[in-house]
Amino acid sequence: MKLMRWQVAAVVAASLVFPLLVRSEYYQHVIILALIWVVIGSSWNLLAGYTGQVSFGHAIFFGIGAYTAGLCSYKLGVSAWWGMIFGGPVASLIGFVIGWICFRLRGPYFALATIAVGEIIRLIAVVWVSFTGGMQGILLMQTFRSKLPYYYLALFIALMCLLAIHVVMRSKWGYYFVAIREDEDAAESMGVNAFRYKSLSLIISSFFTGLAGAFYMNYMAFIDPEVVFSLHHISIMAILVGIIGGVGTLWGPPLGAFIMVLLQETFRSAFFGLAPRWVSELHVLAFGLLVIFVILYLANGIVGDWDKIRRLWSSKGPSAPGVVGKGS
Amino acid sequence: MGVFVQTVVAGILIGGIYALVGIGMTLIMGVMKIINLAHGQLMMVAMYITYVLYEYAHLDPYVALLVTMPALFVLGALIQRFLLNPLIRVEAILPENQVLMTVGIGMVLTEIARLIFHSDYKSVRPAYTSMSLYLGSIAFNLPMCIAFGIAVLLTIGLFVFLLKTDMGKSVRATAQNKEAALLLGINAERITVFTYGLGAALVAAAGTLLLPIYYLFPDLGGAFTLKAFVITILGGLGSTVGAIVGGVVLGISESLGATYVSMALKDAVGMVIFLLVLIFLPGGLKRLTKI
Repeated sequence: MKLMRWQVAAVVAASLVFPLLVRSEYYQHVIILALIWVVIGSSWNLLAGYTGQVSFGHAIFFGIGAYTAGLCSYKLGVSAWWGMIFGGPVASLIGFVIGWICFRLRGPYFALATIAVGEIIRLIAVVWVSFTGGMQGILLMQTFRSKLPYYYLALFIALMCLLAIHVVMRSKWGYYFVAIREDEDAAESMGVNAFRYKSLSLIISSFFTGLAGAFYMNYMAFIDPEVVFSLHHISIMAILVGIIGGVGTLWGPPLGAFIMVLLQETFRSAFFGLAPRWVSELHVLAFGLLVIFVILYLANGIVGDWDKIRRLWSSKGPSAPGVVGKGS
Repeated sequence: MGVFVQTVVAGILIGGIYALVGIGMTLIMGVMKIINLAHGQLMMVAMYITYVLYEYAHLDPYVALLVTMPALFVLGALIQRFLLNPLIRVEAILPENQVLMTVGIGMVLTEIARLIFHSDYKSVRPAYTSMSLYLGSIAFNLPMCIAFGIAVLLTIGLFVFLLKTDMGKSVRATAQNKEAALLLGINAERITVFTYGLGAALVAAAGTLLLPIYYLFPDLGGAFTLKAFVITILGGLGSTVGAIVGGVVLGISESLGATYVSMALKDAVGMVIFLLVLIFLPGGLKRLTKI
């Protein structure tokens, strides 16, 4: 599925006017959350979907970004908004160090190493009370009463992130990334310095994830280690968002992010009050079942297997070349 | 000195159960070449079955082994047959599809448990859980000793099975070289289904044995999945003997960490060892054994 220029413009225009049309703070909040997930999912996808390094540790960068912003106010007494400037670079730096440690491992071993590093960092954040405030977390005053400034900032970050990934993937770097994903040894033998480009991919990926974390700190005004360094709620969710939308596609993770957040909110509010109360406990379960379904039937995600879905839709069977199916 | 010996003893006893967790994982890794990220969650399911049997049928946890092991064997076999095997034939960008599927399975199992039992802590405490045997001044907690004993028996049973029976030999053959096994007429797909079931049954035994000395809540699965990795990596992937050593090493190091470092950093000890082994000792202790 390739989006046309006018379709991209339509998506951007719709997201620009959305909060002006929908005045409900609740819906604006849901979309802001979705936009944060767009950034996390897309960043994870750059490293895993395009470069083939499946990270189970993206909570590290999200948490580092959030804590950078939080500690600006907690330790330095300056505004947490400075985190928007420092969160990305600090997360990138940590990313570089982690890459230096973990990139000597391949495939599943790399994935396991990132889990281990993530858990170690989470435990450090819990135990080092004098520096991070430990399990008490960090609490701020929100800057704006209205959701609008947050909404447009989140939208700006998400669009920047997608644009950056788009530009990178059309450049020479992007081709190196995909070469490493497809066959690392072959790429090495063609003269691609795999370690350097894996690190590059991780640095870009962790930069945006850290930025999302810094924004999250400012928006939610509360963090603690169990929230932002969570293996299950951040690292694994980032993976699932990518899987549902489609790894290795630009529009997959954003779509996955919206599906994930909307599904969660739909269930959390028990279908907006239409269903019995106990339905609200099902939101993670529903998402888990969706993941299983997608992996079984749409191995490359909704965007990656878009043609498959469309064929079902038009129920014409496999479309032969030259035959113009419905909906194209 | 007394404290030190006591700590090591406790570590070894818990290590026996950890070994059982690790062996299940390592079997699955050896045959399917995948990391089973739902391993701890399978154990959690077995623990809930044990809990229900104790609470409503007053069945002793050790008798419940006879229920949980077959039950989890069936569950594991079904998962492999209907959720994991179909993925072998699927063309996907990321080769880790099966691993990601186990993530989804683990999530669903956890949430189902949460739905039925809610998030509060449960425990099973038969009368004998607080008893201890004394050797000099060192206490041996009775349920831990029983658990250790049963874990050892199950492990010996597994070894006899793997070394002596046709089915066991088929499992080993598939783990060593799938193509060759196929050529020699082994039905590899059936072996994978059997192996995942076996792995699930072993971790079910570990869970049931652990319940009298532990507590239970839905998110326990995730923590034990992590422990299972540490054990398997320590022992070297696919090595059953390694998993035993890895289990005991993890048990002792956690126990020492809790006593001498801090309770809060107990889990970090395992993770740090894990990372160091991953980086500096790839292959773990596999070199020492043929099994």
